[in-house]
Amino acid sequence: MGNFSRKLERFWEIFYEYDGYQRVLTGLQNTVYIAVVGLAIGIVIGTIIAIIEVFPKYKRLPRILNGFCRFYVALFRGTPVVVQLLVAYYVVLPLLGLNLPAINVCVLVFGLNSGAYVSEIMRSGILSVDPGQMEAARALGLSYRVSMMKVVVPQAVKNILPTLGNEFIALIKETSVVSFVGAADLYVAFNYIGTNSYEFMVPYLAMALIYIVLVMAIAFLVKIMERSLRKSDRRN
Amino acid sequence: MIDVIDLKKSYGKLEVLKGITTTIKEGEKVAIIGPSGSGKSTFLRCLNCLEDPTSGSIIFEGVDIADMRVDINVHRRHMGMVFQQFNLFNNKTVIENIMLAPVYLAIHDLRMKKLKNFFIRIKNAFSKHKTPLYEINTTPQKIKEEARENALRLLRRIGLEDKADVYPSTLSGGQKQRIAIIRAMAMNPKVILFDEPTSALDPEMVGEVLDLIKQLADEGMTMVIVTHEMGFAREVATRVIFMDEGRIVEENTPQELFTNPQHPRTKEFLSKVL
Repeated sequence: MGNFSRKLERFWEIFYEYDGYQRVLTGLQNTVYIAVVGLAIGIVIGTIIAIIEVFPKYKRLPRILNGFCRFYVALFRGTPVVVQLLVAYYVVLPLLGLNLPAINVCVLVFGLNSGAYVSEIMRSGILSVDPGQMEAARALGLSYRVSMMKVVVPQAVKNILPTLGNEFIALIKETSVVSFVGAADLYVAFNYIGTNSYEFMVPYLAMALIYIVLVMAIAFLVKIMERSLRKSDRRN
Repeated sequence: MIDVIDLKKSYGKLEVLKGITTTIKEGEKVAIIGPSGSGKSTFLRCLNCLEDPTSGSIIFEGVDIADMRVDINVHRRHMGMVFQQFNLFNNKTVIENIMLAPVYLAIHDLRMKKLKNFFIRIKNAFSKHKTPLYEINTTPQKIKEEARENALRLLRRIGLEDKADVYPSTLSGGQKQRIAIIRAMAMNPKVILFDEPTSALDPEMVGEVLDLIKQLADEGMTMVIVTHEMGFAREVATRVIFMDEGRIVEENTPQELFTNPQHPRTKEFLSKVL
């Protein structure tokens, strides 16, 4: 540890005087972009799957859709996200003849992946809402879809917000594997600094620090959102 | 107005309603009484298809709403329902609770009319026979304003104007139930179904809710009330139905049924509760 200050100097040189900080900023941007858009896609997919799964299944169509959703969830929860990334980038894309940038593939894969997890979170949220709420909305003549979107889902989201925050945090950290398909995230940026300064201690320490700050910021945001959603509750 | 013909409802092997036939006429106030588990609530919930009947038919304004092919949502607009547990929307303020369905449905109808007009215009451009357009004489803003005024008028009526912008969690049971009743009223229903409206209330709040129901009854609203309040049934109802084990055992005017019950089962029940 005696030469820590020298290591710091080397790090600073690459970080500041070369284009290190630019790469870090790009990496940070990509990490946040993948996680945020991925979560947004995940919430949309998850909500749709959850609604299909709680829909009464007297008829054939809901049953078929439900089977499809179960297969989807089993598929995306059953394989590691790295495997999904590699398969999407090196198998699915060439098969479809598409040529998407790696970062967009990452957004899609993380969206599809978190959709599977969010669907279960959302389902538990919907089941936590008193069935009387749905009945009251239906009794007023609103359709199933409208009752769900206007009455049940908003209350479900309020109940599951802490868990959704968890999912977001997990997503932010999971994005550190996107370099497998060549997308430039935080890891790539700090690895660049490390290889150029022949010194890895400070860059990786800085990377850990950035992740912690990022996660704490998200936790804070979730708290604020929760507080504003809880204004209809008796506990404050 | 509502003709119920041989209505049956089973949950798996358990037959809850074993064939109910009755008619509810316009302006009638029908009270349904009976012991727990007699199928009163299930019968009421079948009337607006919250429970799908297993067999039989419910003719509401000439349409069999027990038929699965009928769009039940259209008919439910004309049947208000008040629940035992109030079921106010927890994520909406009081006034939003009242306005939600009228505003949403009116705007939805408006959109559908505009869409239909669009297609009619295209058709008219290509054919000699001109189809008349649907008349549109309102805007979403107007709908919202009118619904808001109507909601405030109803709130004023029950003296809860000042609660318009609070959330239901801050209200007492009696206030919640009265708001649930005017939420049903805001749809201008032709009939209101009450599912034990006072059973979840503290005794001191029962009065205010019953007063409101009585007011509506005096104004000529058609009502079907499942209740345990025999005094209330006697006072408000024009007809009382006594149900037991999924069947209508006896129905009569309240004076006759309470003072001179015919069926031994009715006698037994009334001797216990009166």
